[in-house]
Amino acid sequence: MFDQIKEFASGFFVTGDPLIYGADVSILLVTAAIIFTLTYFKKWRWLWREWLTSVDHKKIGIMYILAAFLMMFRGGVDALLMRAQLAIPGADFLQPDHYNEVFTTHGVIMILFMAMPFMFGLFNIIVPLQIGARDVAYPILNSLSFWLFFAGAMLFNLSFVIGGSPDAGWLAYPPYSELMYNPGVGQDFYIWGIQISGIGSLMTGINFLVTILKMRAPGMKLMKMPLFPWSVLSSCIAIIFSFPILTATLALLFLDRYAGAHFFTLDGGGNPMMYINLIWMWGHPEVYIIVLPAFGIFSEIVSTFSRKKLFGYQSMVYAMIIISVLSFLVWAHHFFTMGSGAGVNTFFALSTMLIAIPTGVKVFNWLFTMFRGRITVKTPMLWTIGFIPCFIVGGLTGVLLSVAPADFQFHNSYFLIAHFHQVIIGGVIFGYFAGLYYWWPKMFGFTLNEHIGKWAFWFWNIGFYACFMPQYVLGLMGMTRRVVSYGWDKGWWPLNFVSTIGAALMGIAFVLQVWQIIHGVKHYRKNLDTTGDPWDGRTLEWSIPSPAPHYNFAVLPQVEELDDWWEKKQRGVHKQLNNIAEEKLEPIHMPKNSGMPIIMAGCWFLAGFGFVFHWLWLTIPGLAGVAICMLAHSFNYDTDYYIPVKEIKETEAALRKVTIS
Amino acid sequence: MNPSSLKAKQLHQTDSGHSHPDMEEMRTFGFWIYLMTDIMIFGTFFATYIVLRHNTNGGPGPADLFDLNGVILSTFLLLTSSYTCGLAVLAMNKGKKQALIGWLAVTAILGAIFIGLEINEFAHMVHEGATISRSAFLSAFYTLVGTHGLHVTIGLVWMIALMIQLSSKGITPVTKRKVNVISLFWHFLDVVWIFVFTVVYLMGVN
Ligand code: HEM
Ligand SMILES: [Cu+2]
Repeated sequence: MFDQIKEFASGFFVTGDPLIYGADVSILLVTAAIIFTLTYFKKWRWLWREWLTSVDHKKIGIMYILAAFLMMFRGGVDALLMRAQLAIPGADFLQPDHYNEVFTTHGVIMILFMAMPFMFGLFNIIVPLQIGARDVAYPILNSLSFWLFFAGAMLFNLSFVIGGSPDAGWLAYPPYSELMYNPGVGQDFYIWGIQISGIGSLMTGINFLVTILKMRAPGMKLMKMPLFPWSVLSSCIAIIFSFPILTATLALLFLDRYAGAHFFTLDGGGNPMMYINLIWMWGHPEVYIIVLPAFGIFSEIVSTFSRKKLFGYQSMVYAMIIISVLSFLVWAHHFFTMGSGAGVNTFFALSTMLIAIPTGVKVFNWLFTMFRGRITVKTPMLWTIGFIPCFIVGGLTGVLLSVAPADFQFHNSYFLIAHFHQVIIGGVIFGYFAGLYYWWPKMFGFTLNEHIGKWAFWFWNIGFYACFMPQYVLGLMGMTRRVVSYGWDKGWWPLNFVSTIGAALMGIAFVLQVWQIIHGVKHYRKNLDTTGDPWDGRTLEWSIPSPAPHYNFAVLPQVEELDDWWEKKQRGVHKQLNNIAEEKLEPIHMPKNSGMPIIMAGCWFLAGFGFVFHWLWLTIPGLAGVAICMLAHSFNYDTDYYIPVKEIKETEAALRKVTIS
Repeated sequence: MNPSSLKAKQLHQTDSGHSHPDMEEMRTFGFWIYLMTDIMIFGTFFATYIVLRHNTNGGPGPADLFDLNGVILSTFLLLTSSYTCGLAVLAMNKGKKQALIGWLAVTAILGAIFIGLEINEFAHMVHEGATISRSAFLSAFYTLVGTHGLHVTIGLVWMIALMIQLSSKGITPVTKRKVNVISLFWHFLDVVWIFVFTVVYLMGVN
């Protein structure tokens, strides 16, 4: 009996590596600490009522961003491990199979469990406020999206300590990801972690598309809408068309592994190349899905901190829509070298280069907006300015890669690694940081320390260039990606060493940011944002107190112009808006909290875990739980309530520190 | 519902359309978009099927496996169920609750027979050794047709749940929207089936 248990456990838990034992212990300690603290301070009820079951888009957004930061830590540790291994030739700090696991989990976590939730967090917090809405279109679905993401992310992360991590790269190309070559459970964790969170992402895409199309404040025509919601709209369109392809593709891979099907196997008539086509039909749009909202953020910030209308508003809108459409036509540039022939390669090379045009338009528009503006350089603006040169270099090297014959040379080299980190870190991550700094006071009601913020900015940037510029050279010198080690004779080590130092600087930068947040929370009283409009902003979110009350707008705004809030401030009519008189107030219709989303996501988690280990005794109840949750939700007609006028009055009075007549 | 919120609800109903969007209409709109995503999923499976349909790996091919008569019967049943689903919506628009539930029941029964026939077809094929792991063609076949069948099954459960709600709540704006949405779903599945019928069965046998 005991022997049986021991045998099971040794296969079930990952063993043998001190790093992993360390992780086991820290996971247990942290969990115990959380449970203890919550119990000791009697916070369970509070947590359940205020957060876990909340359908308030702002709280959901905060939870997304918190999760994204945790995942950035995990993905960043992976990155540092790899860079440590590559710093010196011949290092054996990571074994080859472990290295494969590390770059795979790093890529997956960074893209799907860090960038995506960070982006969704910003969608959630800002979009309804900017379009003058009280909520998103489907609040309960929104909460479900978050919990599905969370369940998927946790399932994926569990593979580190239970069963073993995936190691077939972030896109899991077959045949290596097939059962025959990859018999462990790591690949199944990959499939279900991404599948569950992917369904959540798809629902978020639908939710925000409808929110933006249907819930804008009276008077806000589409062409009077700020650019961030525009960028969200174009990103959501891409989500709606691409994520179903991911869902379908992962389902096929799952059937290959689980049911012995032959979609992508080498035998039985399967075709691995089909997987590569399908996964990139999702994967390429995916990178635009995450970068478009960053473009939206930069647009908002540039115009706020230059005190000017955005230059070329309409061209910005069209550029984003064109990018989101073109992003579907270029996927094959990821496998120029796989024998598609000259005609096909030419088509995809040209369509790829075309994307540079609308992107270039945007960069020029940002520059023209700054030109002759009254610029103030607070941290959000600093990130925006830092982004531009970084993105220009990344974009240029991208155009180089899109030249099909050249790609035969750069393909799968460190040149590529440098290029995509440059656009992803310089474009996406810098953009989200800028957005986080910009909207932080709106989220929490206080501003963050600028001084620490600037240090973090410089550490990120210097670290970034030190880390990735040498990699372009390394790529040209012949260093391929996904190599675990190299010899002294190659002459690669000085550049690699510099690169690792750069990575460490970015690690420090991240710590500085965490410290900045802790510092901000500690001293929040000193930095309270009492005006609700700390940057002298232009759009509707700045017209309400910080943090926003849970119904957002006591009276729905009437929009007349683009940058409506700014125009109202210019005309001096905004003061009247602040004087909310009682007769204008009406009871506000709001959704009730719901426990269904978190329970349903929990059921998905169990079902996914059961699929990974082929435990039908767990999968079947898990899926049944999902079905029961759906039915229970369908039978629940008691989903909303009204906030009485008296309560609105009191809330507004407290937030605006005025009395309302 | 307590009196004060009841009052608020009435108040809300009198001014609906001005201060915020019509919730029920918005939900229907969202469902249309959901259907587009479902089209993408089916599209992916169709594309896979078309790429792999000749890869029979020396095993049975479409002409050996499909019984067109059975499939034509299935198609006929599903088309009829789409029609009865339309009758249900008509009854609803006339405010006839009993007729609405009745037509939904007929729709569900036809759908259930369709599923029964499909299970029978699959069982038969598996019995002859034509399993999902036999060849890429069969993997693609089971996945495509099975996904459609899964959708129909989910639709059935949902329809039953809706009939229960209708019998207790009657025809309200909320149940009305739910009926509209499921009928959309049902017609959608019908359209998908016509593609399955053409691409998989007709083109397979000829
Ligand atoms: C912050 C500093 C970062 C460093 C130092 C870093 C470093 C690395 C390294 C060393 C590799 C492996 C190269 C190889 O051996 O093939 C890698 C791969 C990758 N990274 Fe990063 N990375 C960072 C941030 C990010 C971010 C923010 C993202 C995305 C949002 C990202 C996405 C990826 C992806 C998708 C891969 C490819 C994984 C694969 O080969 O399957 N990285 N990174
Ligand atoms: Cu691409």
